[in-house]
Amino acid sequence: MAYVAVKGGERAIDAAHDWLARERRGDPAIPALGIRQVEEQLGRAVDRVMAEGSCHDTGLAALAIKQAQGDLIEAAFLLRAYRTTLPRFASSLPVETAAMVIRRRISAIYKDLPGGQVLGPTYDYTHRLLDFSLAAERLDETEMRPPARPTDTGRRAMPRVMDLLDREGLMGAEQPGDAAPADLTREPLSFPAGRDVRLQALARGDEGFLLALGYSTQRGYGNTHPFVGEIRVGAVAVEIVPPELGFAIEIGRIDLTECEMVNQFGGSKTEPAQFTRGYGLCFGHAERKAMGMALVDRSMRASEFGEDVTAPAQDIEFVLSHSDNIEATGFVEHLKLPHYVDFQSELETIRRMRRTAGEDAAPEGEAP
Amino acid sequence: MSNPDLISRRQRWMAILARAERPLIEARLATVDPLPSHRRLRGPETGLVMVQGRAGGNGAPFNLGEMTVTRCTVHNEHGLTGHAYIAGRDAPKAELAAALDAALQDPDAGPRLERTVIDPLADALAAADDRLRAEAEATRVDFFTLATMRS
Repeated sequence: MAYVAVKGGERAIDAAHDWLARERRGDPAIPALGIRQVEEQLGRAVDRVMAEGSCHDTGLAALAIKQAQGDLIEAAFLLRAYRTTLPRFASSLPVETAAMVIRRRISAIYKDLPGGQVLGPTYDYTHRLLDFSLAAERLDETEMRPPARPTDTGRRAMPRVMDLLDREGLMGAEQPGDAAPADLTREPLSFPAGRDVRLQALARGDEGFLLALGYSTQRGYGNTHPFVGEIRVGAVAVEIVPPELGFAIEIGRIDLTECEMVNQFGGSKTEPAQFTRGYGLCFGHAERKAMGMALVDRSMRASEFGEDVTAPAQDIEFVLSHSDNIEATGFVEHLKLPHYVDFQSELETIRRMRRTAGEDAAPEGEAP
Repeated sequence: MSNPDLISRRQRWMAILARAERPLIEARLATVDPLPSHRRLRGPETGLVMVQGRAGGNGAPFNLGEMTVTRCTVHNEHGLTGHAYIAGRDAPKAELAAALDAALQDPDAGPRLERTVIDPLADALAAADDRLRAEAEATRVDFFTLATMRS
């Protein structure tokens, strides 16, 4: 770290934090925000903080959002810090997204697919007009239409779209296997990074970073000609096998968003032309994040498919070294901390250089 | 303990207890005799489970991220041991679920408890899933393509 410790300033720091607490509370005449309100009514913010904080707990994420005054990166930081205080009991069995209880499931490549297109609660097809009825002081529950009555509750099979392409042999298969995946929270990032490490890093990566990188591939920086094969949002069961029991038990359900991108691939001398996959999976309802993740996952597979690595999104080391917003904010924001001694030495150096340059130019006199 | 029938029954009630809200479980328990008394062997304590996904949904596993989980182990007055691992941080719920896991394993009283407590909870959870499926069903859409759009 390029700064040295300073002492003093405790009283000023305490006063600053007291003021922060008052500012966080805002006008005392306005009712305070409850954690449950955040959890229920700002769900997308909660989901983002859980994904980037890499810890699924809606209540903790809501608390972090309140504490951080809605600064979602600060909130994710708080959640990451909290998780380090907890022991890890187990790793789950891999979740079965094919068995998801679906709230939303769409495909942009097949109009009619088994199970159909289910829009779910979506902002797609809204007009992006501010809804001033939400700003009305009175409660608006009475104006909402009630949910559909459970008339058609038949369980429709919702097979993966990718399996349809797979069956025709048009889709590059995933490498199956059950080897224990590498874990970024236990071993530091090193290169070359396997797909397991890459997917873990992307799943906890910054949504804005993944969005921008994914966008860059669409604009030509390593284009992969993507289509949304399928997006599904819903609840999956999480199972663990506790050693004291010796059999699998479900510990609850969590909401996940999954995105499978279908990408072009021309084939090679040894392989016929086929499509390739990009995969996105993240906590909560976060389609933009899952799509960005899937685009960048596919881009980082460039060398696997014999493509030239020329664009930022294809550069594994570049992507993984900069995707984590907690690390990024730590390094950028540490610049605010006292660097007095470092800067003093910089000052000395630049003065000396100017003095030397002045002596060279005008050997008779020293520069002022 | 190790008979396959008991294992699959335990898997069912543990999943139901993990998903059912605590007030719902307490409401069911209020309708039956008090559970046997128990002492805690471990917890309730909160920790983490690392959730795994699979690349492409069906490929090699990767670590998706962690989730909070609360576990508890109890031993009841009839000599039965119960375990619970429950998503989230609800310690009283984890202890309640562990006490129920122990009581439900009782060859005499267990089956009745399963009928009066677990089955209604299962019905309530299934009804909630049905409501969700109906809401999803109402948003099912039939797109039609305009074949001449690009010609």
